[in-house]
Amino acid sequence: MNTLLALILIGFAVAALAVSVHKIFKAATPYILALYPLGLTVYFFSQLSAVHHHALQFQSSWVPSLGINFDFSLDGLSLLMALLVSGIGTFVVIYAGGYLHGDENLGKFYLFLLLFMSAMLGVVLADNIILLFIFWELTSISSFFLIGYKHKYEDSRDSALQALLITGAGGLALLAGLILLAQIAGTTQLSALIGQADIIQNHALYPVMLILVLAGAFTKSAQFPFHFWLPGAMAAPTPVSAYLHSATMVKAGIYLLARLHPALSGTPLWIGIVTTFGAFTMLMGGYLSWQKFDLKKILAYSTISALGTLTMLLGIGTKLAVETALTFLLAHSLYKGALFMLAGGIDHETGTRDVRILGGLRKTMPITFVATTIAILSMSGIPPLFGFVAKELVYDSTLHMDSAAWLTTAVAVLANIGMGAAGWIIIVKTFFGPEGDTPKHAHETPWTLWIGPVVLAGLSVLFGILPDIYGSGLLNDAFHVFFPDSDKHIHLALWHGFKTPLYLSIVTVLGAIGLYLVHERLLPVAERIDQISAIGPQNLYKRGIKALPVRANQVSHIIQNGKLRNYLLWTTVAGFVFFLLGLWYSDIPLTFRASFNFAPRYYEIGLSVMLMIAAIGAAASSSRMASIAFLGIVGYVIAVFYILFGAPDLAMTQFSIETLSVILLVLAIYKLPRFAGVSTKLEHRRDAIVSAIMGAMVTLMIIAATSFPLESRLSPFFSENTYILAKGHNVVNVILVDFRGMDTMGEVAVLVIAALGAYALTKLVPQKEGN
Amino acid sequence: MDIVLAITIGVLVAAGIYMIQRRSFVKLILGIAMLGHAVNLMIFTLGRVTRGVPPIIHGEHGLDVGAADPLPQALILTAIVIGFGVQAFAIILIKRVYSVFQTDNIDTLVNTDFE
Repeated sequence: MNTLLALILIGFAVAALAVSVHKIFKAATPYILALYPLGLTVYFFSQLSAVHHHALQFQSSWVPSLGINFDFSLDGLSLLMALLVSGIGTFVVIYAGGYLHGDENLGKFYLFLLLFMSAMLGVVLADNIILLFIFWELTSISSFFLIGYKHKYEDSRDSALQALLITGAGGLALLAGLILLAQIAGTTQLSALIGQADIIQNHALYPVMLILVLAGAFTKSAQFPFHFWLPGAMAAPTPVSAYLHSATMVKAGIYLLARLHPALSGTPLWIGIVTTFGAFTMLMGGYLSWQKFDLKKILAYSTISALGTLTMLLGIGTKLAVETALTFLLAHSLYKGALFMLAGGIDHETGTRDVRILGGLRKTMPITFVATTIAILSMSGIPPLFGFVAKELVYDSTLHMDSAAWLTTAVAVLANIGMGAAGWIIIVKTFFGPEGDTPKHAHETPWTLWIGPVVLAGLSVLFGILPDIYGSGLLNDAFHVFFPDSDKHIHLALWHGFKTPLYLSIVTVLGAIGLYLVHERLLPVAERIDQISAIGPQNLYKRGIKALPVRANQVSHIIQNGKLRNYLLWTTVAGFVFFLLGLWYSDIPLTFRASFNFAPRYYEIGLSVMLMIAAIGAAASSSRMASIAFLGIVGYVIAVFYILFGAPDLAMTQFSIETLSVILLVLAIYKLPRFAGVSTKLEHRRDAIVSAIMGAMVTLMIIAATSFPLESRLSPFFSENTYILAKGHNVVNVILVDFRGMDTMGEVAVLVIAALGAYALTKLVPQKEGN
Repeated sequence: MDIVLAITIGVLVAAGIYMIQRRSFVKLILGIAMLGHAVNLMIFTLGRVTRGVPPIIHGEHGLDVGAADPLPQALILTAIVIGFGVQAFAIILIKRVYSVFQTDNIDTLVNTDFE
């Protein structure tokens, strides 16, 4: 019984029913649909002890010959991700009901949200490379629909397309990378890869494969230079931002890095690329987060920073770094999911997310205020919250790096100072000071909007005070997915004593407060530095998107300008190029053995010359009649060849058909005008060159082909059986009327259809409309 | 002999391709016919030509040694007849096109709309 497959399929079924459920149950929809993620959460909690020390495997075959199977596996890492997907998913479903209250398209929204949820579960549970990829792409597609949910706004549509194009392009790279990986490792089963680490890492194609896989992971997890789609994705309704673009989907790339970590990590290439890109993304996100005024944008950039941190930690790849990554992953999902939902609540009740307008909400929105403060304190790494535990571990990991330890630590501290300052901006500007002149009069959100963040913030406190619940439990099981042979048992603690990480934490907090105090004066400076983004990836993308249709149009105008001759020209040239490429990469030895199977006699050469002259004459003549006559000569000379080389049947057919065609041509087209000599000399010359090249190609092909001995099993069969089976002496005739009789009947049918068509064209006149 | 035939076929192909790139419908049809001839001769050559012994069985057993290969001949026979069918239809078609549009120039027929 493949329980996991069943759970995912149920999810797809619930998604398909969402629109109908909304039509029937109206306002009760969120609670009904939330039963699905709630059920998942309960199921995954019940498996906590089952995944202890070993993975649960569920297998069903799909396309076993290609190694594509419905294989799922539940281990510590999958379970951690599955709990995040289903747990936060439960709150998001309820939250969306309040946030989009009264929206008539709510059913459609849930359709895509649940589609995403099931696909995301598939990503984290799949044990087959191709299966993982399919779910991976499904998350990109559902993300596209969710970002573009407010599709009447151009901004939403552009952002949705941008996210889809970038993650989609990364997805293609990932597919190529995964196929390479499967070929190198000789298995498509993810859990079998870990035993192949040596083979994989020593393979010649390892660097190519790694870069392709990383391109997929980096686009999905918004790493520089692909990060810019994530702030754009904030055009989505806030439940989507909270769920897809902070807690789950953007972590799919991180999950992939983690899942492939045992097989791919540890090489200088892995450490170099993953750590560098992660650290740079972390710094850039932290730097940009305090410069924004939109609550969601601030959170988006701090999410990019957090994703960079996770990537960097997996790049470092030591046991300590992995432990840290798993801790930070949970901590971040808890506080960032909460913060997005809270920001959405503020937006929902006040009508704005601009920190320059907001203010003094501490009295009117007390629950939101408390939950936000807790989440922000966790984000800033202040004890006794879970974020503090994670942040201490981050510093500990960077300090224990083999190389560039202090540089990386400094980068981490700077990034955290930026994020910390952004946190202070959110708290102080939104909740303190005079009440802002907001579009709507502020009051506390309904319970559906605060229940999720309050629970998540509460968990940040719980795990902060008692981190070992997680540390020696689920974290320990997830950790052993990376290091199955390690006997290390993890214990998380809030207090590590007076060591360097603690001092760095103090520096971070003080630095954040300092940056907050001066940040308004720094904004003009930052703006000037920001001009560098003119050559940044987002502008490149925008220019590319604008240029694409223009260039495509130009290319179409050259290749497909509506003129048949032109198409033929391009087809011919392309055919020639592919012929050369095919020859170049094939194993056919190009030995043109001059196989004079028998020497030509003088009249045979004479006939050939005549044939060539007639052919060129037909092509060059500007007289219609002359062309037809030349073509007739070609046909008759070929018939003579047939006689000379033992094919009297062909010769007879050719003579009669050729005569018929010439008569028909002359009769039918004598009325037409002379050939109009409108082609320029240049065109004539170009066409002549192209034709000559094609002719030469065919000649070479024939010479190459005839330099091999002919092996035919059919000819001896016909030769032996013509008399025995068909009682005939003329083998060609017997083939046509007996062995291949059905073909000949088809041929007769073609002639009849051609005759009918010709008759219709000459005799039937279409009636003019209206008569 | 193979090489002589190979060069001849190359010239036929070149002439055919040159003709189908002209603006005139007539040249187009003649070009297609030319390519048809070239391809038939190519199949014949690729089946290896032999001089003067048709594939006809004398007696009750198989073909004599050195007889021509019957298989390419059967293929070409079919191709000649089908080629004629296509050509006949095409001739009638351009005649009709000319009577409707009063033109022999393919380039003027780039629209699907009746004017």
